[in-house]
Amino acid sequence: MTAQAVLFYVFGILAVVGALGMLLNFRNIVASAMSLVVTMVALGAVYVTLEAYLVAAIQIMVYGGAIVVLFLFVVMLLNLSIDELPPGGQRFIKFAVGLGGLLILVRVLRAILGDPSAFAAPETLPDGYGGYAQLGVALYTDYVLLVEIASLLLLAAIVGALILAKRKIG
Amino acid sequence: MPIEPVVKVLFILVVMVVGIAPVITWIERKQSAVMQDRIGANRADLSGITILGLLHPAADVIKLMTKEDVVPDGANRVLHLLSPLIAAVPAIIAFAVIPYGGVYQFGDTTINLVGADIDWGLLYIFAIGSIAAYGTVIAGWSSNNNWSMLGGLRASAQMISYEVTMGLTVVGVFMVFQTLRLTDMALAQDSIFWLFGIIPLPAWGIIYQPLGFLMFLTAIMAENKRPPFDIPEGESEIIAGYHLEYSGMRFGLFFMSEFIEIIIIAALTATIFLGGWAVPYLSTDVIIDAIASKMGVGFATGLCMLIHFATFMLKVFVMIWVQMLLRWSLPRFRYDQVMSLCWKIILPLSIANIFVTGLVILLVKGSG
Repeated sequence: MTAQAVLFYVFGILAVVGALGMLLNFRNIVASAMSLVVTMVALGAVYVTLEAYLVAAIQIMVYGGAIVVLFLFVVMLLNLSIDELPPGGQRFIKFAVGLGGLLILVRVLRAILGDPSAFAAPETLPDGYGGYAQLGVALYTDYVLLVEIASLLLLAAIVGALILAKRKIG
Repeated sequence: MPIEPVVKVLFILVVMVVGIAPVITWIERKQSAVMQDRIGANRADLSGITILGLLHPAADVIKLMTKEDVVPDGANRVLHLLSPLIAAVPAIIAFAVIPYGGVYQFGDTTINLVGADIDWGLLYIFAIGSIAAYGTVIAGWSSNNNWSMLGGLRASAQMISYEVTMGLTVVGVFMVFQTLRLTDMALAQDSIFWLFGIIPLPAWGIIYQPLGFLMFLTAIMAENKRPPFDIPEGESEIIAGYHLEYSGMRFGLFFMSEFIEIIIIAALTATIFLGGWAVPYLSTDVIIDAIASKMGVGFATGLCMLIHFATFMLKVFVMIWVQMLLRWSLPRFRYDQVMSLCWKIILPLSIANIFVTGLVILLVKGSG
């Protein structure tokens, strides 16, 4: 068991625990969001053990450091809580939590009881694997059209958000 | 048991975190006193011996440790306890990728004076810097206090805004040095850059990217919530903002994390823009050759290592002094000024900086 494998299992288990914490803390939204942060950062660490360094940095920076912060920002600004929902809404949340827990359980059991060779890694990783040089070259030569389309989509989203915000104020 | 990582971790924890951070509290007191034409704190003594007030950091630590730990009624106890940790840990682990010196060959052992020489060093710093935002946000929320909540909300908006611009301002440096690895960046600045072919200048990041340096310093000081960007802890507006309901060592940890981040800011700016451990105009080979002609090569390499480390620490202290200067001479910005500075001034300027840098690199290196 190399150090890489041990760390992979440690952070993998931490990610699952964080996801379960997110589900079980459904009464306290901020604690749930913090458990989600634990999952995101643990996933980033898992990516590091898999030598996918750029994806790990982006995972922690974007998911852990921006998306969940914005979740928290909205939650704290609006002071949301589950008790303010109508009874139908509360039942739905509890159903969603139960379904989520069941899905996690099924996945973990499949991983533990299943065939480990299905998760085998390639013997040698290609040169420069996980680095940003290859990603940059691929993005701007093979996939440049998709990059442009994605940036147009983001521009449309920004303009739409601005218009909606202005309409609410003015 | 690998001895080298243990020594490096111990060095970071003992020298940088526990050693220098309290000295910075003394620097803050004395520098502000000198700037404001007064004496500053100099009464803490050990049986009558005061050394210019250098015992005050020790007195601070003892005071904070022995104060009562107050947790307000109705506060979320778990999150209230965790937020100082979430604020302090990213500040401490950022030291892992800062190069204190270059790579030195002693016979067949190679010593690389950096904690972890990772390929994506700069991205690592930004990634864990973005985690540090949670400390303030959760502290503000978990204190069950209006003013803390306001401080936490302001902190979250400010910190995530300046994370974005902080990343964009160093893209210019990334383009010039072609690497995100901080050791390679410091190594690339260990040479001379000929301006117009006749004026020799040290090949530092600040020569290549002066605007990038100013914008990066602004953005990362705003990220640290240091005055003039200390809206989240604006003393005169929202009492103490997000660390209002924290006393004793919990507040001590917030306080310390801010000062540890001052060292991180200084070390980062020194590495990226001020040449890191490189002595201006004297590259490593010149130094080693000059000393090796008198004493042996091994002694020359060791002395060069010490010279480089001392140069780095000198640059770090110069940047700490600059941050203290800015802190004590500028009044606090208004919240909308802070936000418009980020989104309306620094963001467009940093994108223009990237564009101009790309254009200049294309013209200088030729196309292809």
